[in-house]
Amino acid sequence: MNADVLKVEGLKAYYQMNYFGVRREVRAVDDVSLTIRRNEIYGIAGESSSGKSSLIKTIAGAITPPLRVVDGSVKFDFDGRTLDVYAEPQAMKGARWQNLSYIMQGSMNVLNPVRKVKHAFHDFAFKHMGLSERDFWAKVEQHLQRIGLDPRVLESYPHQLSGGMRQRLTIALATVCEPDFIIADEPTTALDVLVQQDVLALIKDVQRRMGASIIFVTHDMTVHAAIADRIGIVYAGRLVEEGPTLDVFRRPQHPYTAHLIGSLPRIGDSRKRSALPGKPPNLADPPSGCRFHPRCPLAIDKCKTDNPALLPRQTGRVACWRAGEVEAA
Amino acid sequence: MSALLELDRVNKDYRIGGFLDSSILHAVKNVSFTLSAEKPEIFTIVGESGSGKTTTARMILGNETPTSGTLRFMGQDIAGIRSRADRLKFMAKAQPIFQNPFEAFNPLTTLDYYLYSTARRFLGIKDRGGVEAATDKALNHVGLSLAEVRGRYSHELSGGQLQRIAVARALIPGPRLIVADEPVSMVDASLRMSIVNLFRELRDTLGVSIIYITHDLSTAYYISDRVIIMHRGDVVEAGDAQSVLGNPQHEYSRALSGAVLPPDPEEARQIIERRMAGAV
Repeated sequence: MNADVLKVEGLKAYYQMNYFGVRREVRAVDDVSLTIRRNEIYGIAGESSSGKSSLIKTIAGAITPPLRVVDGSVKFDFDGRTLDVYAEPQAMKGARWQNLSYIMQGSMNVLNPVRKVKHAFHDFAFKHMGLSERDFWAKVEQHLQRIGLDPRVLESYPHQLSGGMRQRLTIALATVCEPDFIIADEPTTALDVLVQQDVLALIKDVQRRMGASIIFVTHDMTVHAAIADRIGIVYAGRLVEEGPTLDVFRRPQHPYTAHLIGSLPRIGDSRKRSALPGKPPNLADPPSGCRFHPRCPLAIDKCKTDNPALLPRQTGRVACWRAGEVEAA
Repeated sequence: MSALLELDRVNKDYRIGGFLDSSILHAVKNVSFTLSAEKPEIFTIVGESGSGKTTTARMILGNETPTSGTLRFMGQDIAGIRSRADRLKFMAKAQPIFQNPFEAFNPLTTLDYYLYSTARRFLGIKDRGGVEAATDKALNHVGLSLAEVRGRYSHELSGGQLQRIAVARALIPGPRLIVADEPVSMVDASLRMSIVNLFRELRDTLGVSIIYITHDLSTAYYISDRVIIMHRGDVVEAGDAQSVLGNPQHEYSRALSGAVLPPDPEEARQIIERRMAGAV
């Protein structure tokens, strides 16, 4: 059995627009390579419009024009069965939900407000499970109980449930077929602070019991600290650093990561923290060389012209010319 | 000591439901606090959604009238303002900043228009040169200049820059009080600090008091002088930031501060493990 579930190689996905003869190209995912191991939670961090959502959409094979895959490949390995997302789109259909599922951000957008919750389960999962109606509902109820939800919620409408319960339901929905790979897009951002920890604990618990791999996206570094095994930091469409969570937090190698971690406020410490100067880059017209150089405190002339490659360093990988000299601010 | 803003047992009730089955929702119950006029400060209202923090802010800005109790701004009852001239005078001294900078500005209007019309309306400047000078001065306080903003639309700038422009707009009339309702919750983590630091600077250099409304305890701890914690309309805990947030007494405040994930993998992981053991 292969230890890697997902292998992304040299992936490039651009938004290509052609309005009134003006061509515009936004390089949302620019040459990203990463692998995700079995039984691992991989977190992707980055600011909004850094291309992190485009990256996971591309991995899920859920892209629509104007976003197009220009180059590279996304390959899954489900129990020895290899699946190339962009070479065999037909095979993907069978794998959806059974092998690969999705936890979405706003639970209210997933559940139809005018239909009972049980219809969502039937629509999403019934076909993939290949069970009779009776067995299917028995399985769903058993699954809900495991997740700590009363099976009676199946008979309610989404508005009758609290935000935390709805998010639990979307997690139940995504995991009912026991997939090998789960993609989660900002799973806790829309939740109240008080239920955030419960939902994170649930995700981790489900993942551990099923032995699934999860790739999740959020800009909230504290969520990464809580559940990710490894983190990838995305800046302006490129992966700039990757490594085990503890190492990334304790010894960041890229100046952007160092800033992200150094600027986190915490209770019990009101020392002044510096803010990053400048503004996020425009992906339609990104800076030359290393894309972080206009805001980087360590930039040298080389950074303006040459793009650093993502190279192995200590326990992870980093793309910076001055990686050795970075210290957490 | 004279008060800049004084809330005296303020209540706000809403009637919800239909004609026959209506009930009363107590959005804000008996809230009292005073901001001193001599010493500018950052006063934070913390609470989850539905705690009444936004309703309180709207009453301070005069957008809602309290069901009972009084709000006094520089000695004047806010709900008792009647004439247009008095209202303008009040609005010049108490300015709002909203949550989502992308929604606060009309995408079809250039940003300088907002700044110019604020200057014209509150400062009564008629000539173009005077309006531009006032705008540029306000933008300089937030680290921008008119040259960067002139003729730009909201989609051309980042959330952090837009929020700075929103602050600059609020500064134009020379306010004594800024009410900022969740000003950083829609702003990226890397830009959040720049907004929060800006508030500190405004307090120290311009002597503006700021009412900072948030559900994020860690930034609250970082900038506040005083804090109140609201829960379902009640103030459950009040006091200076260091002691209230560092050592919360009330059950709800303890739950809130316990819900903050520490920015450290080892500590955060322990919390999640404990939750996993406790749940299911």
